[in-house]
Amino acid sequence: MNASAPLDYRSAELTRKFIEQIRHITTQPWNIMEICGGQTHALLQYGIDQLLPPEITLIHGPGCPVCVTSLEAIETALQIAAQPGVIFTTFGDMLRVPGNHQDLFSARANGADVRVVVSPMDAVGLAQAEPERQVVFFAIGFETTVPSIAASILHAERNHITNFSILPANVLVPPAIHAILSSPENRVNGFLAAGHVCAVMGYWEYELIAAQYHTPLVVTGFEPVDLARGIYQTVRQLEEGRCQVENAYSRAVTREGNRTAQALINHVFEPVDRQWRGIGLIPRSGLGLRAAYRSFDALERFPVAFNTLVESPLCIAGQVLRGVATPHDCPAFSRECTPSSPLGAPMVSSEGACAAYYRYQRVKP
Amino acid sequence: MCLAIPGKILEIYERDGTLMSKVDFGGVQQEVCLATTPEAQVGQYVIVHAGFALNLLSAEEAEETLRLLKELEDSNQADENLGEGE
Repeated sequence: MNASAPLDYRSAELTRKFIEQIRHITTQPWNIMEICGGQTHALLQYGIDQLLPPEITLIHGPGCPVCVTSLEAIETALQIAAQPGVIFTTFGDMLRVPGNHQDLFSARANGADVRVVVSPMDAVGLAQAEPERQVVFFAIGFETTVPSIAASILHAERNHITNFSILPANVLVPPAIHAILSSPENRVNGFLAAGHVCAVMGYWEYELIAAQYHTPLVVTGFEPVDLARGIYQTVRQLEEGRCQVENAYSRAVTREGNRTAQALINHVFEPVDRQWRGIGLIPRSGLGLRAAYRSFDALERFPVAFNTLVESPLCIAGQVLRGVATPHDCPAFSRECTPSSPLGAPMVSSEGACAAYYRYQRVKP
Repeated sequence: MCLAIPGKILEIYERDGTLMSKVDFGGVQQEVCLATTPEAQVGQYVIVHAGFALNLLSAEEAEETLRLLKELEDSNQADENLGEGE
């Protein structure tokens, strides 16, 4: 192949070759978790889970920001969005995520000014264009998304845009991996580390996790060839008894990651304890604004208060997010719970495991 | 959410003190902020998420993936030859 010709990362032939290699080396059962919900969708979409030898079980991880955003954060969002003069901006995924009684979509139907943005920078632009309104951005997402939020805050500060604020709900991957691996219910033998989180953060931090828990992690991309390669390298490590961090996505990821992006994050944010929906409180697993930027915190501008929040008793989203159940284990799956009337967040998001199963594998194979 | 797509930088400029660019995604052009990749140059590929460039894309990996596959197939072939020889 010509070195300058781009490789087709969706090539069925190359994907199949990696799958053949996986079959060739697999001698015993292994459970591999893909952290990222984007990878869950791609694995099901391309049917890679069906091509793997029966010994390999893929466990779907909590890497769906919309799914793990706490009920408290969603109720807070709903209350802020309902206040007069507020334009509440959010990524589109968040609109249908059920809160206690309603979602942002129904809040909009009830008159709240809720708008979908593609980038937090669009929310800053909106604030600049409408100086008499308060523009609030729902800051969800993992390390991949945080630099964009930090840069948007700095842009607002530089241009004296004071009617912009964020509702901080960002979460971090490594504390979640620690939580999974130290849980007594853990059955994960190896991880596909999320490629785009690592594009920002690098993977040096994962080396400590691999050593501490004797668990291999392979940084993996999102196309079928990437995914098959990532699974192959994880299985090979497991079969050889190794537990290292390998990078199978080097076109986007280096060990050190993007230092400029990391500096932006650290300048604006600091680690805080955070509540994960379905999982619980994970110490230092979220990011809050540093004191110098706290004036951009929507919680400082808008008072909110609510009573006890209750999840749907039918929904097993927590077990799905912890990797101890699959959507097929849920009695409500594709019955009471569908993407148009979801009981839990994983049925809503384009990264949720339940939505992936609903779309690509509604009937258990 | 962590979905990100590669695109080619067509133009770099500054807006209100922030580094911006125009990026081509296979025919669709969009504005992308370069605050996180200030070293990017016109003509380079970036991987874009939420309107920001996460990183520059390196071209070397394609070769690495193919080399890995070739290596594996060669070693399988060697194993089989060995098997036949026994």
